[in-house]
Amino acid sequence: MREVAILGVGMTRFGELWEMSLRNMFAEAALAAIDDAGVDHIDSMYVGSMSSGLFVHQEHIAAMLADYLGVAGIPSTRVESACASGGLAVRHALFEVASGASDIVLAGGVEKMTDGADATDALASAADQEYEAFHGITFPGLYAFIANAHMEKYGTTREQLADVAVKNHDHGSMNPRAQFPFKLTRETVMNSTMVAEPLRLLDCSPVTDGAAAVIVASMDVAQKMDRPIVKVIASGAATGAIAMHSRKDPTTIPAVGLAAERAFKQADLTPEKIDVAEVHDCFTIAELVVTEEMGFVELGKSGEAVSAGETRLGGRIPINTSGGLKSKGHPVGASGTAQIIEVVEQLRGDIGERQVEGARIGLTQNMGGSGASCVVHILEGVS
Amino acid sequence: MITPKYTREIPQRYRLEAGRCTGCGYIAFPPRLVCPECDSRDFEKISLTPSGTILTYTVVHVAAEEFSTETPLPIAIIETDDGARLTAQVVDCAPEEVKIGKRVKLMFRCVQREGHSGIHQYGYKAVLED
Repeated sequence: MREVAILGVGMTRFGELWEMSLRNMFAEAALAAIDDAGVDHIDSMYVGSMSSGLFVHQEHIAAMLADYLGVAGIPSTRVESACASGGLAVRHALFEVASGASDIVLAGGVEKMTDGADATDALASAADQEYEAFHGITFPGLYAFIANAHMEKYGTTREQLADVAVKNHDHGSMNPRAQFPFKLTRETVMNSTMVAEPLRLLDCSPVTDGAAAVIVASMDVAQKMDRPIVKVIASGAATGAIAMHSRKDPTTIPAVGLAAERAFKQADLTPEKIDVAEVHDCFTIAELVVTEEMGFVELGKSGEAVSAGETRLGGRIPINTSGGLKSKGHPVGASGTAQIIEVVEQLRGDIGERQVEGARIGLTQNMGGSGASCVVHILEGVS
Repeated sequence: MITPKYTREIPQRYRLEAGRCTGCGYIAFPPRLVCPECDSRDFEKISLTPSGTILTYTVVHVAAEEFSTETPLPIAIIETDDGARLTAQVVDCAPEEVKIGKRVKLMFRCVQREGHSGIHQYGYKAVLED
């Protein structure tokens, strides 16, 4: 397989973008990525979207977006893996370039969530519709299952959950593209509206519109361009049981551990070598569990680690410098691609005040639903 | 009402029908064609024991539209006494009574009136044991 680089990145701001349609958001992000890479064409494209059908009643968006991007004629493929769609789209673009089938491929994600659909209902379709959602469980509810089990088993506290949101909003306050670029206090989080006990509104990532795109290119192409090169050194993916009740231990998300293990093996690295990571904090408890699954913190100790500042900017392993899904926003199909953009910009060293000094190796972790799918990428700045 | 779907789901919703792997004893609820533990394709039909223990739970305060009049709504992951796992509402109690480790019985109840699954969907709900 050939070596592959991320040559260009682009995204819309995240938020309630009432003035923008799904097709315009994606085209804006894709054009920004193409311009950033400085390429004059793309050979094919991949589009991640969880549910354009339920959110805006439009399927067949791979073709539609190629058309609106002005590149009709090229192959275009939609990738769906719930909230992991954007990360998985990039993985498939990597394979297409690594195999030698194409040299320059655009991969991105998009979600238009504020056009009137019942977002709670649409998101619940990423769970087991007949054996979970049927009984009234929501997405916050599924992660609340994990939270209550984690609190019972390890003594994780309500304050520690809140500290994840506080940290990510501190980071997000430095991100001009974030939906909620403001700081929060622990008390504000703990007094916000109850959604699914013990998770409150400010434990949850928001409903967001947005799009993100990257240009994946062979190293041969990348080296000919006058751009900083960020190499993709691993892509690990895994699946797990769709219904949370089918997993052996409700405090774990096994697909995350598996995907990370595969990525670390491919890159021949251990978690200690990662300088910066973007992880899937769709809920505060999710960030805690995935940092344990990937080996950034000891099992059961993630709550202590966040409250001790180990995972904030300046800490041992800065996590979610973008603000994460929590503060930056979570347009579900776009989030996985946007994580890669944050890490690419960190490794280029030009991200501004939230820069992790000397960052050379970064990781992204993007998962679908309650964790039935996960994709992990490891990137290395080489120029 | 989507009649074929309603009819198809009756064995699980009404009678808790599951498949027990003849190779390793894993209980698949709903039934599966392949055992996720041992890859066997040979199952015998059983009905789950309608009692078990709460492994974890939540109380949903913001629900999807079809449950919006039923909040706060306690829901739990339950391990039945034969070792199967399922998700069910916990009813006939105050939400604060629901705790990890509590014993429950599974009862035949109406789960949804209208929604994507149709009209008057019956199924199982959990009730705390005394």
